[in-house]
Amino acid sequence: MAKNLNLKKVLVIGSGPIVIGQAAEFDYSGTQAVKSLIEEGVEVVLVNSNPATIMTDKETAHKVYIEPLTKEFLLKIIHKEKPDGLLPTLGGQTALNLAVKLEEEGYLKKLGVQLLGCKVDTIQKAEDRKLFKDLMVQIGEPVPESRIVNSVQESLEFANKIGYPLIIRPAFTLGGTGGGIAQNEEELVTISTSGLAASPIQQCLIERSIAGFKEVEYEVIRDSKDNCIIVCNMENIDPVGVHTGDSIVVAPSQTLSDKEYQLLRTSALKIIRSLKIEGGCNVQYAMDPHSFQYYVIEVNPRVSRSSALASKATGYPIAKIAAKIALGLTLDEIINPVTKKTYACFEPALDYVVAKIPRWPFDKFVNANRRLGTQMKATGEVMALGRNLEESLLKAVRSLEVGLYHLELPSLKGKSHSDIVEKILKQDDERLFAIAEGMRQGMTSKEINNLTKIDFFFLGKIEKIIATEKVLLQEGKITSTVYRAKRQGFSDKYLAKLFNESEKDFTSWRIKQGIKPVFKMVDTCAGEFESTTPYYYSTYESEDEVLESSKKKVVVLGSGPIRIGQGIEFDYATVHAIEAIRAMGYEAIVINNNPETVSTDFNISDRLYFEPLTVEDVMNVIEREKPIGVIVQFGGQTAINLAKPLQERGVTILGTSVDDIDRAEDRRRFEELLKELKIAQPLGCTVTSIDEAAEKSAHLGFPVIVRPSYVLGGRAMEIVYNETELMDYMKRAVQINPEHPVLIDRYMIGREMEVDAICDGETVFIPGIMEHIEKAGVHSGDSIAVYPPQTVSKDILKQLSETTLSITKALNIKGLINLQFVIYHGEVFVLEVNPRSSRTVPFLSKVTGVPMAKIATKAVMGESLIKQGYFHGTLEPKQDIAVKAPVFSFAKLSEVEIALGPEMKSTGEVMGKDKVFEKALHKAFVAAGVNIPDSGTILATINDMEKEEALKLFKRFYQVGFDFLATAGTAKLLSEAGIPVKVVDRIGQSDNDILKAIRSGRVNLIINTISKSRNVESDGFKMRRTAVERGLLCLTSLDTTEALLKTIERNTYAMEPLS
Amino acid sequence: MKKIKLVLETGEEYVGESVGYELDSIYSMGELVFNTSMTGYQEILSDPSYCDQIVVMTYPLIGNYGVNKDDFESLSPALKGMVLRESAEEGSNWRNEYSLRELLSRFKVPAIAGIDTRELTKKIRNRGVMKAVLVPVNYPTHNVQIILTNSLGTDQIPRVSIKTPIHFPGEGKRIVLMDFGYKKNILRSLLKRNCDVVVVPWNTSLEMIQSYRPQGILLSNGPGNPKDIPEVLPVIRNLQQHYPMFCICMGHQLFALANGADTEKLKFGHRGGNHPVKDLRLGKVFMSSQNHGYAVTTSSVAKSELEITQININDSTVEGLKHKTLPAFSVQYHPEACPGPEDTNWLFDDFLQSIRS
Repeated sequence: MAKNLNLKKVLVIGSGPIVIGQAAEFDYSGTQAVKSLIEEGVEVVLVNSNPATIMTDKETAHKVYIEPLTKEFLLKIIHKEKPDGLLPTLGGQTALNLAVKLEEEGYLKKLGVQLLGCKVDTIQKAEDRKLFKDLMVQIGEPVPESRIVNSVQESLEFANKIGYPLIIRPAFTLGGTGGGIAQNEEELVTISTSGLAASPIQQCLIERSIAGFKEVEYEVIRDSKDNCIIVCNMENIDPVGVHTGDSIVVAPSQTLSDKEYQLLRTSALKIIRSLKIEGGCNVQYAMDPHSFQYYVIEVNPRVSRSSALASKATGYPIAKIAAKIALGLTLDEIINPVTKKTYACFEPALDYVVAKIPRWPFDKFVNANRRLGTQMKATGEVMALGRNLEESLLKAVRSLEVGLYHLELPSLKGKSHSDIVEKILKQDDERLFAIAEGMRQGMTSKEINNLTKIDFFFLGKIEKIIATEKVLLQEGKITSTVYRAKRQGFSDKYLAKLFNESEKDFTSWRIKQGIKPVFKMVDTCAGEFESTTPYYYSTYESEDEVLESSKKKVVVLGSGPIRIGQGIEFDYATVHAIEAIRAMGYEAIVINNNPETVSTDFNISDRLYFEPLTVEDVMNVIEREKPIGVIVQFGGQTAINLAKPLQERGVTILGTSVDDIDRAEDRRRFEELLKELKIAQPLGCTVTSIDEAAEKSAHLGFPVIVRPSYVLGGRAMEIVYNETELMDYMKRAVQINPEHPVLIDRYMIGREMEVDAICDGETVFIPGIMEHIEKAGVHSGDSIAVYPPQTVSKDILKQLSETTLSITKALNIKGLINLQFVIYHGEVFVLEVNPRSSRTVPFLSKVTGVPMAKIATKAVMGESLIKQGYFHGTLEPKQDIAVKAPVFSFAKLSEVEIALGPEMKSTGEVMGKDKVFEKALHKAFVAAGVNIPDSGTILATINDMEKEEALKLFKRFYQVGFDFLATAGTAKLLSEAGIPVKVVDRIGQSDNDILKAIRSGRVNLIINTISKSRNVESDGFKMRRTAVERGLLCLTSLDTTEALLKTIERNTYAMEPLS
Repeated sequence: MKKIKLVLETGEEYVGESVGYELDSIYSMGELVFNTSMTGYQEILSDPSYCDQIVVMTYPLIGNYGVNKDDFESLSPALKGMVLRESAEEGSNWRNEYSLRELLSRFKVPAIAGIDTRELTKKIRNRGVMKAVLVPVNYPTHNVQIILTNSLGTDQIPRVSIKTPIHFPGEGKRIVLMDFGYKKNILRSLLKRNCDVVVVPWNTSLEMIQSYRPQGILLSNGPGNPKDIPEVLPVIRNLQQHYPMFCICMGHQLFALANGADTEKLKFGHRGGNHPVKDLRLGKVFMSSQNHGYAVTTSSVAKSELEITQININDSTVEGLKHKTLPAFSVQYHPEACPGPEDTNWLFDDFLQSIRS
């Protein structure tokens, strides 16, 4: 069938903020889809609430709306834009759920909008557990015995019939929120309670656990002519029981014979046909390791995280093809964009092995429950390609950037056999390393298979790595042995350590021996057809396939896996830098390892190298390509950290010099600089003993922020208010000694401001200044940011501009710089300076209309700001007000503290923009998924220090129609102020305790500030977690509370009797 | 591990580890071809169509799931060698009985591993298929060059075809399967449909075939050049007058030649499980399992008794033919799969349907 010519204008829905289970992959798929639609001459209107995405650049689509993804806002856009079609299959579960709502409520029909990609009926059949099961039974595809339940009682009845273990899967949730595996009745009650609460339709599927089966996925595409293909199949190293998003995955499958491969392939085609999906779809299977018995676990009738991975793993761009199919094109009409010679109607053949390892946030959430199960916990992932599995796996390990360069975890060294067994059984994020350590100690594959059910094939590969280690130790540095190790993916860093020498020395020895990698091309067809798409990976083999080019080249380093603190914002800047470099006539080369992102789309750069971001791997590319230089400032801390070692190896760092980067990052040198410039910063010191800490803190004056020096990004950082707390922290949280000093800074409670600036070495241009709603002390990434500032005087803004100009100038910045300030008693203090692109760059670029990363790139490449049309100074803000709000994924991470503090916790962000501040704020809250109550009951428990401030807010809440439940102290405060309040007891004290109040459903909002008293705090923690589990809004900062209150006040009416 | 080397007709040498039958002073020569299937090595190496060929597997890890008793496509491999990036020492799968290496040794198939198979694949792609030889690593270069001047012969079909007929009883239709090097799964596909099958040698006479009182004729796949056995063409011409006929791969090419069309050698053939075939009548595309070095010349079909029913999406080569007036049709690929996609196994049903009507 030819293209549907009635579709002139199509609305594409994005996936909203990054949360666990729905991340950067949808920026990739959405951006691809929009481009693909535009290629076909369609006018595209895009809506997404996430400003940190490439898809929400105004250049991406004809019209881009950054608005909350709710029915109300979508309807407004549909009314205004009158699209012919709506494409919801590329925006994850969010877009799909919205489309279902619009269709079911009759809006699409009424407004004449055609739903593209799949029918609502299809979505329901795939997503509603019962309908799905019925369909599978109807077409003869096996599903595990299961029952749909709407109550805990029903799940118990089912358990009595078939026994344990059982899997609980809530309907219509992201990443399996609220689900789990129950081994007994007690666990079943707990998990099904939370599962039912998590499901928007209070429905769960309880099914027989098939944990231990092989988990295999198929990515399928179907068109309107019923042509179906498999793009890729993937096998999880972790058997069924660990969420596929948390599993180590390889592609293609490794342990399936052709009979098994085809059995599942045929089933997958049958399923997509029965669902009549037109586009991409993902089918997950459990395969019995001892028979041909298999079960269909799940079907996603849309483009997913797995399809992004499959696209990068094969080179076959699923989203791009799916978008064209949605317009009515068929697979045999679409050209294969990689070979440009063959058609999209074929199945990619791989001639390499792909390994994906998830990136978990446990480095930030040290108290989180690390056990992996049916609830996804990873924030991102890395992918690596190699010509054997060991190579891919080891490359993936060092791509993770968790300080590991091998299958070796220092903390497991010297552990006893039983400790290792226990660790393996824990089934946490470190299991792979525990297995390797076990093998190092002599555990056999059989033993480990018994514990984990991981297939012998995979265990055999780990065994081979360990065997090579032993050979290396025995034989020493022998060329042939080292070559073999390199072919297995061993890093120079590990080998150097093994041979007791520096990495640099080892590397030069290796190169002298002629052990150098070659680069192979990813071409979708295993070399069968000629391809000119320069998508490469390194391996140790004979032929190198890098296409020669006489153009000048620039390397841009990406930011690696998405993690808390380094998210999609850095990919955004990377993509902009690449575009600017290409526009200037250079060839842009990108090195990155994140399969979810736009920067690793092979169409974005001139050359894509899918490699770990380590010195060794980056140097390999540089030596091969001989670029004029490397740009490090867009890839977050990952890339910045590589600047110095690269320069030491003779590489030209383009942009701010390595020395100037160091001046900004080295605490001592930075202090000197500020002293020279006569710019104030909070007083601070470095201490190396507990006594010194006490003495110097007293001198600085409490409260102080303390943090260990050897961790970055706010980990283990805490604010302490007195000496007792300080002592407690010193003993509890850090190791202190001359090697590991602790930094102590005066904590100034004040308004936090953030500035991003661009400099070409001469001119400093400030596109905008942002104000944070939350006071200093809440990590800037977790604060609500407002542009332009609403509460700060002109004079302060001038001071901020001037300080920014002078620091930027003094640091000889070439490119971007980010500065954070606190305003304390009317004075500006510098908190932090980052000589690189920051989290706020996409937001600020969008609200100011200044493409900051592009301008910065051009400045780096020598085009002055003046020539680019910018000036020395600060850009005047426009009329609109924009608010950036953080989004958290607390529901996915049990046992994680949700209270805001100096450590960053959010996974994503949204933007709200309007003419009026409160409206923009309201939009931001709505977009962030905050369920804003306009009246109801507030459960309040406030620490003593903040009671006064809280009372002011409570009075205002009372005026707009809220009433209160409160713990004793807070209740006293309220009743003394004449506000009616009911007291609730501390946990466990009576039937009227906090948890029961929350669970009763009486509470609409919780306001809880953290107490410093430990026993009160453990109650607080339980309360906050319960709130999260019940999906209840819990605010821990009075600043956030006030912001929310402002939007409520604006939207409601004061309720007062006549006086 | 013992070293061996692969020497191409062009003189290029690849040294690797011997992972199959240990070559001593002997050598193994064949036509060097590549296969892009990611699974199915056991089926591939036991497919008689690879007779006198050395197969490069483009997927780098081969032998992962071992070898089992069920997945053979013939009793003994006819290929001359395998070229691999890596071969698994042991297989991991519930059906695994022994390793790929053991299989190769048992059937005296040499194999070389540790080779940059992608480089080799691209060479074949760019220059076309060529002769190559596997020899012990110290084998004198001069001797290798002499070996490579030898021809591969034209007797592959006679060598792989059975020598006497075999009967596989069934309740349903009686099919005579003419064996040019048939894959077991063609037989299984018929037996699964209750057919009564007589497999006959490639050169069985018309009279002999008729004596089995077939209801349908199936021409199998097989190795080499279809023009090597012109003697079967009159038999085919005659059979198609009397019986519904279904022809696969080599059978398809012979069917074409028998009806006035021509065949030609492709540069590097089609070998893999991802070849898109479009059925012109249905307007639909199917993924197919392919293994052929020759193809029916497109332009030659017009003047023949045949019409094109299916084409390859990638290079437009002829993938399916049917007789203009008789109930006889053919496909270039393998509807019996094994290895590869099962998208077109309905062709067997079509064939049996054509017998009924």
